[in-house]
Amino acid sequence: MARNITYREALNEALTQEMERDETVIVMGEDNAGGAGAPGEDDAWGGVLGVTKGLYHKFPGRVLDTPISESAFIGAAIGAATAGMRPVAELMFVDFMGVCFDQIYNQAAKFRYMFGGKAVTPVVIRTMYGAGLRAAAQHSQCLYPLFTHIPGLKVVMPSTPYDAKGMMIQAIRDNDPVMFFEHKALYDLSGPVPEESYVLPFGEANVVREGGDVTIVTLGRMVHTSLDAAGQLAAAGVQCEVIDLRTTSPLDEDTVLESVEGTGRLVVVDEAHPRCNIATDISALVARKAFGSLQAPIEMVTAPHTPVPFSNALEDIYIPDAQRVVNAVKTVTGWSR
Amino acid sequence: MTDDRIVPVTMPKWGLSMQLGKITSWVVAEGDEVQVGDDLADIETEKITGTLEAADAGTVRRIVARVGEDVPVSGTIALIAPAEVSDDALDAAVLQARAVIDAGVPDDAGGGAELQTADVGGRKISFAGAGQDGDVILLVHGYGGDRNSWLFLQEPLAAKYRVYALDLPGHGTSAKDVGDGTLGVLADAVTGVLDALGAGRAHLVGHSMGGAVALAVAARDPGRVASLTLIAPSGFGAEINAGYLRGFADAQTRRELKPVAGQLFADEGLVTRQLVDDLLAYKRLDGVDESLHALLGTLLDGDAQRGDSAAVLAAADGTMPVTVVWGRADRIIPAAQAESVTGAVRHVIDGAGHMPQMERPAEVQAAIEETIARAG
Repeated sequence: MARNITYREALNEALTQEMERDETVIVMGEDNAGGAGAPGEDDAWGGVLGVTKGLYHKFPGRVLDTPISESAFIGAAIGAATAGMRPVAELMFVDFMGVCFDQIYNQAAKFRYMFGGKAVTPVVIRTMYGAGLRAAAQHSQCLYPLFTHIPGLKVVMPSTPYDAKGMMIQAIRDNDPVMFFEHKALYDLSGPVPEESYVLPFGEANVVREGGDVTIVTLGRMVHTSLDAAGQLAAAGVQCEVIDLRTTSPLDEDTVLESVEGTGRLVVVDEAHPRCNIATDISALVARKAFGSLQAPIEMVTAPHTPVPFSNALEDIYIPDAQRVVNAVKTVTGWSR
Repeated sequence: MTDDRIVPVTMPKWGLSMQLGKITSWVVAEGDEVQVGDDLADIETEKITGTLEAADAGTVRRIVARVGEDVPVSGTIALIAPAEVSDDALDAAVLQARAVIDAGVPDDAGGGAELQTADVGGRKISFAGAGQDGDVILLVHGYGGDRNSWLFLQEPLAAKYRVYALDLPGHGTSAKDVGDGTLGVLADAVTGVLDALGAGRAHLVGHSMGGAVALAVAARDPGRVASLTLIAPSGFGAEINAGYLRGFADAQTRRELKPVAGQLFADEGLVTRQLVDDLLAYKRLDGVDESLHALLGTLLDGDAQRGDSAAVLAAADGTMPVTVVWGRADRIIPAAQAESVTGAVRHVIDGAGHMPQMERPAEVQAAIEETIARAG
């Protein structure tokens, strides 16, 4: 029975149900249990934004509070995965990945390949991304393109509570390392989620709005920005098809290409920096495989090629908004040779 | 006071959770004469797109609801009235109706029935009801369906009856475990819901596999079944579209499922993205894959039907009225098998496929009410 819960609650429910189902599932990370500055109380925080709250007491000994040493505990999680556990490690902010990159891209991502398919690494690395919380340049980035680049990693970013639960359960049951991106601004988003466990397979984009004039390919928080824009455009008589990629690796090329073959126009909306991001990747895909269908140049709506600003006013301008998506759609519909 | 010669056309309630509908296009225009059953408008809800048929004959004098706007359930969307009714009277009625539409859905419109559950042999069985008075009708869906299969029928029937729809084991929000997957396990759920309702007797309406389930209940416990309406029931012949059944059980993605689901309907345009997404969301629940495959073994013997519903019907001893309804364009179980339903009143509906209760709900409703009337 579906009822409305938040994105945060959906993730917590997925973790709870999988920990109940499979005792090899463990949770580890900074402040998962105690919480810095907490007055001696266990489970004070439940992670920096409260996703794992309640698990510590429900699953004694299976929620590990780690030191502030990402290279150590991400490495430990990956090692545990190779030894039969299914760890879900929380690396607070994706901005901190730099210190444990070797463990992720040169170890976890390679084991299946290096050991001739005999090793599996069923680890989930949860992390927060995205601007909008006044957290400045070192806590606000969208670094998913870096991980999408690396074969051997699955890279997923749910945009709704329903997707968050199903994708978390799939991530835990998946035998490959999964980079699980959670946008900070989505945690309080509410939506219908079944009480039962369910999986959402990776590599299946979601057409969240149908329309015949322009295809908008997007992901993560930008799905909501794009839907807002599509609603405004519909009132003006332009019908947009909005595609939520859900996962950047594996990538559902077919859904993107079929849509563009129908509309002939593409706008890609990506919160990441504009160079070598998902927008450029999708643009290259469409330019190469659906060139004959295009009736206008592809437009990209992205953040600028700068660090996320500390100034509130500048941060607001930095994040792509619905007006920029509307403008991009008008550019592709108004284009003539 | 409005002129009682003015007959309002109202936004239907398709499904217990529906609160708003949107007219996507009007089939009729002001001034058109309509007969009962004529198409009036195409209506879209969160769940489904359907065509509203006229429940009354007459002249459409006013169109009230605009294309694209949200209209609360039971809000007036058009007015039918004879020529003698003055324009002033009509305009006053339009103003009243507009006020309802513009007010939107009232906050307290939790509406419809609460979902209830019963414990049947350790399995949680979900069901939902509508209607205050009259005989009990229990609606039993088919393979891969759920209580929402009846969304066009349950509310209209509730005007005269207490109408319940359940989720069989392995389906909807009921327990996903189907045990050995026999019809007996499913029939237990039906009697379990009747017990939970305190209903000694009920009219059973079963679709496809649900028809065979309803028959199993009737054969086992004929005293509890006041009448039987079987819609494209399984087991009345060898032939079945086994490819459909296996395709439905095996489909993992929207791309695989959509063409399969299309075979259910005479007009594949009824298969909206929402419908496919809802089916996929169901199929992805833990335990559903196993239960759908277990039930395949109950329904299929190779590529033929396994059950013998005619023998079960004979065992039920002809004590209750039986009606069989089939869509002439059924691509899952051929409509010719209606001939094997001995002693039944038969309705074969043109332009309907395997889902006449969604494709031609008014005709199916009439067949159900006629069957109940025969039960006396």
